[in-house]
Amino acid sequence: MVPMSWYLALGAVLFTIGAVSVIVKRDILSMLLAIELMLNSVNLTLVTFSSYFRELSGQILVFFVMVVAAAEAGVGLAIVVLLFRNRQTVDVDQASMLKL
Amino acid sequence: MEQLFFVIFAGIALIGAVNLLLRRNPLYAALSLLTTMAALTGLYIMLKAYFIAVIQVIIYAGAIVVLFLFVIMLFNIRAVERQTDRRGYLKWLALPFAIILIGQFLYIVRLFEENPTPVGTEIGFTEAVGRKLFTAYLLPFELTSVLILAAIIGAVVLAQKE
Amino acid sequence: MDIALEAALKIAVILFIVLTFLAYLVLFERKILGWIQLRVGPNRVGPWGLLQPLADLLKFIAKEDVTPDTPNRVLFALAPALALVPPLMALAVIPFGSTIELFGRKIALQITDINVGLLYVFALGSLEVYGIILAGWSSNSKYSLLGGLRSAAQMISYELALTLSVAGVLIQAGTLSLSEIVHVQSGYYFGIIPRWHVFWYQPLGFIIFFIAAVAETNRVPFDLPEAESELVAGYHTEYSSIKFAMFFVGEYAAMFVVSALATTLFLGGWTGPGAERVPLLGVLYFSLKTGFFLFVYIWLRGTLPRFRYDQLMQFGWKVLVPMAFANIFISSALALWR
Repeated sequence: MVPMSWYLALGAVLFTIGAVSVIVKRDILSMLLAIELMLNSVNLTLVTFSSYFRELSGQILVFFVMVVAAAEAGVGLAIVVLLFRNRQTVDVDQASMLKL
Repeated sequence: MEQLFFVIFAGIALIGAVNLLLRRNPLYAALSLLTTMAALTGLYIMLKAYFIAVIQVIIYAGAIVVLFLFVIMLFNIRAVERQTDRRGYLKWLALPFAIILIGQFLYIVRLFEENPTPVGTEIGFTEAVGRKLFTAYLLPFELTSVLILAAIIGAVVLAQKE
Repeated sequence: MDIALEAALKIAVILFIVLTFLAYLVLFERKILGWIQLRVGPNRVGPWGLLQPLADLLKFIAKEDVTPDTPNRVLFALAPALALVPPLMALAVIPFGSTIELFGRKIALQITDINVGLLYVFALGSLEVYGIILAGWSSNSKYSLLGGLRSAAQMISYELALTLSVAGVLIQAGTLSLSEIVHVQSGYYFGIIPRWHVFWYQPLGFIIFFIAAVAETNRVPFDLPEAESELVAGYHTEYSSIKFAMFFVGEYAAMFVVSALATTLFLGGWTGPGAERVPLLGVLYFSLKTGFFLFVYIWLRGTLPRFRYDQLMQFGWKVLVPMAFANIFISSALALWR
């Protein structure tokens, strides 16, 4: 049996890597991907608790997180397409103005 | 045996995550994320969350990352060039931020050194998850359909050509 | 350890039989296409052309393996494997028959019967697109890239209809395990009509499933990713030798898996007269039903012209998906009414 703290530590490390990626990256696609990584690490933590406590609420929450992630990816990528069409770049620093 | 599998999957997940951090090209970042997700699927199976494991592959790998790859390839997006570095000094703040964040997390994880005693008897089979989803969590479940509808309309309105 | 050994043996035997079968499927496809077009088909290698698959294999191995000027050699080499492995993995949950007695122990003719069997197959099906899209990108050629992107859009669109069409069966059967879905369909109504889902409550679901499945496997009339008249060969334009062979086998393996799945979900799997008592008869029924679907695949290829891209998307989103939703609605109403 693997100790629960191993899973939690892995989740923590993955979340940190994701958070650092969001800060360090400059293109919006990589930032969205890093946000997905953060959501995944949270999912891992939820499934771990759910599995060790033998209580399914955590897994239901994971289901909702996935729905949110899918919606976020859809809208986020639509914004990326719009940004790329108007400015020919995906650099977020280039998109700091509120008008075209 | 189980611990060996954990080390393998965790190692793959960490390699994918670090690769995501280091790669400049978003295409490779997407593929690294895919690697991490595959490893997490293995971990979910070890945690007996079978439904979540399969859903993870279908939704994340089968839909979300494919969508990312599609956009990256369609617009042929390469890595962002370096000269746009206007606030480059800010990224050195990421390192202390990371150290503080991981410190806090590990401080909390320390509380769970002992495995907890189970409070229920449920295992993540599809039937059990479905039963719970359609009884205790029915309202949130119905509300997700509103969320998805809003996301669909938003994506269509944003991405359509004038 | 016993269970692991049994599973390993079953995997080896099933892989061997299925791969041999696929090699001969290619031969039969060429034969049947020949007959449809009033030709003879391959008849030079061996009697009736029966050694043709062997000759093809030797030719694939002997050809030079050309790698184009690719942005990433690893991805270029990985893509064919990503296209071949998911359909072969999906074979693990398909029930080929009931249980047989061998060396004094009961052996189920299914590698493993997992609780989420059907979702497992769909999960692997959703991974299928990676091989094609990565092949398209890493070939560094406009035809390949267009083929890869087309296939990504097409497979995501039709996967929706495919998954929704099965929901009706799930409402009827109440389980995701494929062997239990087969058991639900055993027996007869009025002593003569089998209780297959295609006859009882799911004919619409069956039609949607089969059309979407043809599109998922990129076959005629939905073969836009490899349309030879406009895209040369689509995503595998730049592939040669054994890597091309892997794409080739991957496509036929996907066809086989989809046909086996249609058999299991809608045509009662291995059930049939006498199959409970003589297990090998069940395997025969399963092969005949699956073979029927594979024949329809070839028949379609010999008959239908290719869709235009906008027609394909219109058909998928505006016809199949609404029909699948209607099917779910009808199935739920019937399930409540009974």
